[in-house]
Amino acid sequence: MIANDRRLDRRAAMRTLLENRGELLLVTGLGSTTWDAAAIADDDRNFYLWGAMGSAAMVGLGLALARPDRRVLVVTGDGEMLMGLGSLATIGVQRPPNLAVAVFDNGHYGETGMQESHTAERVELVAVARACGFKETFDIIDELGLRDFAAHIHNAATTLLARIAIRADEPPRILPPRDGVLLKTRFRSAIGVEA
Amino acid sequence: MRAPAAADMPDWRDEIFAALKAAEIRQVGYVPDAGHARLIELCRDDQDICTVPLTTEEEGIALAAGAWLGGQRAALLMQSSGVGNCINTLSLTKACRFPLLMLVAMRGEWAEFNPWQVPMGMNTRAALELCDVLVHRVEHPEDAAETVAAACDIAFNGDLAAAVLLSQRLIGAKRWVK
Repeated sequence: MIANDRRLDRRAAMRTLLENRGELLLVTGLGSTTWDAAAIADDDRNFYLWGAMGSAAMVGLGLALARPDRRVLVVTGDGEMLMGLGSLATIGVQRPPNLAVAVFDNGHYGETGMQESHTAERVELVAVARACGFKETFDIIDELGLRDFAAHIHNAATTLLARIAIRADEPPRILPPRDGVLLKTRFRSAIGVEA
Repeated sequence: MRAPAAADMPDWRDEIFAALKAAEIRQVGYVPDAGHARLIELCRDDQDICTVPLTTEEEGIALAAGAWLGGQRAALLMQSSGVGNCINTLSLTKACRFPLLMLVAMRGEWAEFNPWQVPMGMNTRAALELCDVLVHRVEHPEDAAETVAAACDIAFNGDLAAAVLLSQRLIGAKRWVK
């Protein structure tokens, strides 16, 4: 890590996204974005993926289609999004207005030893999303851009994709519950789905 | 040997669609297969069903999980070759005990022209069972609707993954030279 790296801090970025979250539903991917969400506040309306890498955005799509009355935010990492790159094409076809996908991009696989990911080289997730039919995309490098996106999640008219440049560091792991049945059941209960 | 279906009997594909409607399926993710073509068409024409074409089959497992989190039931249509793509993602289904309904059109098992279909076709059931997916199989048209309905019941009432394999003999082998 470079000492004067001025990219956004991942925990601060997650805090900004979840400020005034209101009725926002959150899906996070394996794995650092899950720790980030837990570090801000564990919440019954958070669904954390502890596995099934590449699935976060698609879980968000199924949820957003099922609940057009609620806003859904997916926050995942660049490596997790790359594994499900095809899902951007699938989501680009559907584009529910209540879905936003935010990718924390540090260009590295943080959980496995900080190996460089494809985005560290030349793959541009925002360009991929645009090519997949996303009508509104955000390439975020500073707090101002992040705040603009965070506000937009709550009133967008189409599916959003944001690539958020964050520093490649590893803040302390804060682990939420990892019992999948518990996570599922409490989520459904929190949004009023019958058991 | 059973008697061939009379011309005026309802088509088994239409009956599967009716079973999905009766089970209140609201989202259908699919990777196209010729054996599902009629069913996909019926789903796309239904105002109450959201059809989601997928780039690869495992996307549909995550879609179904998200749908269930939001209170909807989903079905996933694929060809047998797609089952292999699903293996790691089925850990999501199992770890969280999400219901999952998979309808799998079989290839590589009956009068198959393309040998590249055979390796996955031969191992479709075993691959699913290794991942703790309950497997039903349909050989005869008159069993199709009842089997799909039974799979729906056990998946959505039992929070389990269930697959219905539609045999290649039922679907009819693909014609390569017309």
